[in-house]
Amino acid sequence: MGLIGSYNLRSMIVRKGTAAMTAGGIAMVVAVFVMTLAIAQGFRATLVASGSPQNSIILRKGATAETVSGLLRSDVPLIETLPQVARGADNRPLASPELVVAIALPRQTDNQNANVPVRGVGPKAFQIRDAMTFVEGRQFAPGTREINVGRLAVGRFKGLGLGSDVKFGNATWTIVGIFTADDAAFESELWGDVDLMMPAFQRIGYQSMTVKLADASMFDSFKAAIESDPRLYLKPSREQDYYAEQSQAMTTVIRVFGTFVTLILSIGAVFGAMNTMYAAVAYRTREIGMLRALGFSRFRIVTAFLAESVALALVGGVLGCILALPVHGLSTGTTNFTSFSEVAFKFRITPALLAGGMLFSAVMGAVGGLLPAIRAARIPVARALREI
Amino acid sequence: MALIELRDVTKTYKRDAIEIPVLDRVSIDVPEGEYLGLMGPSGSGKSTLLNLLAGIDRPTRGSIRVGDTETSSLSERALAGWRARNVGFIFQLYNLIPVLTAFENVELPLLLTNLSKTQRRDHVMTALGIVALSDREKHYPRQLSGGQEQRVAIARAIVTDPRLLLADEPTGDLDAKSAGEVLTLLQRLNKEYKKTIVMVTHDPHAAERATRVLHLEKGTLVEQTPAAVGG
Repeated sequence: MGLIGSYNLRSMIVRKGTAAMTAGGIAMVVAVFVMTLAIAQGFRATLVASGSPQNSIILRKGATAETVSGLLRSDVPLIETLPQVARGADNRPLASPELVVAIALPRQTDNQNANVPVRGVGPKAFQIRDAMTFVEGRQFAPGTREINVGRLAVGRFKGLGLGSDVKFGNATWTIVGIFTADDAAFESELWGDVDLMMPAFQRIGYQSMTVKLADASMFDSFKAAIESDPRLYLKPSREQDYYAEQSQAMTTVIRVFGTFVTLILSIGAVFGAMNTMYAAVAYRTREIGMLRALGFSRFRIVTAFLAESVALALVGGVLGCILALPVHGLSTGTTNFTSFSEVAFKFRITPALLAGGMLFSAVMGAVGGLLPAIRAARIPVARALREI
Repeated sequence: MALIELRDVTKTYKRDAIEIPVLDRVSIDVPEGEYLGLMGPSGSGKSTLLNLLAGIDRPTRGSIRVGDTETSSLSERALAGWRARNVGFIFQLYNLIPVLTAFENVELPLLLTNLSKTQRRDHVMTALGIVALSDREKHYPRQLSGGQEQRVAIARAIVTDPRLLLADEPTGDLDAKSAGEVLTLLQRLNKEYKKTIVMVTHDPHAAERATRVLHLEKGTLVEQTPAAVGG
């Protein structure tokens, strides 16, 4: 660090009380900023993790989500037999026709009912989703009223422990296994045999179908095959694209809201920084006059004070990031606007988010420091030298 | 040719609509190597005159030439660069930066040059050696006496080896002993190092050390004392 930088830093330390309060204010704003965006990041990551590059999800044309889609039973064999669909060790197609219905269950935290997605799946569903792992119990047996529950749903709703009975669709279902899915949205769901769930929920068709392709590069030909078959009124999507789109509305709302709140807060922090820097300029007017008399240009004075303000804000930025870090990995949940059911997800603080927080603090420092820095440079030298 | 040439310099300050004349058509020539004392009562315009010479204030009318440069016509930016190269300023209240050591305070003007860190160190130690404070390089201003602080300020003024030293009441805040030391130092800089010095002072004892003394009263030169003691 140069001597002038060192001068600014040491002067800041001399006024450590006000400097600490300013840095503290900025730290709070950065912490809120990082935490809010960590929600959006976590929500998006959860939904995007639900998709695999090798999988395709098929919905009715025009449907934007599984809940508003429909597939005929007769559609299933037409898709399953396409050559692009991968086959399991038993040579059966890796395809799962599915049904998603929301049921109401009480939350662990407030005992209030919330919508929980129940997914009826085909026997190959667990093979199609690579990330699925059982942490307790086993996969449900097809043709029985056994179900599996995602680990995040277990933590979030009452009565979902291994061996518990859950009543829905005029029947009682027994939980025989708890699974994880790399924090994907599936971890907030209950899974059972689709062929038993359809009559239970009085449905006559499926809502979607997910298939594993023999190779991810076959998606285009798979799509072309479905779209060119006059018997099928369906639209296949890459599974990752579908889930990324599902997260769009919610993450946009969180981001817009988060940005709005942090902007309001940042106005306060910027005024704090401005106040501190005006005080610093007033306190050091004679020093500024002396530096100008020695030949330091106005530009150098502006940059020195601006750098001081930005440095102070960056200290706040680091503190804010440290304050926000403990929420990383904490589990929470919200209603997904597209499925109207609860999705549990984890706060996710990424290096890019922390870099964004630091950049935000630097901007607050620069905005707060600019006017005082200009003022410092504009004080007439002769008058500054007379200041006591 | 004189190092400094002031011609009909007038300075007027404006307070609201009222014009306050501070200097009225002052003309002075200061030859290279002179030690000039400027005396006069408070408000006579002597500090303003010094500020005009230093290029930290501008005349309302008239011209100021220092060396080959017409300083009154330079831009703000050019004037700052000119000050850094040509003028050493010594203030009544020393104006040392309290959070910097004696060494760092003296180094400040060298930051405006292209010297390397080692060269800067050599220059600073030479300047501190001239003011006999080499052993105080790591001391902060609060750890020094008033006289020592002023000597550090003088080291800062001479570290870039300027032709012209301007001193505004350099002994005004010092006890008699320290004032004597500072005046002896200035005299040495004038005689030994051939620095041209213009010193504003209230103190007749300080003025006695100058080779020539000018008196200002109400913004005009009223008397010229030829060839004072000069030590």
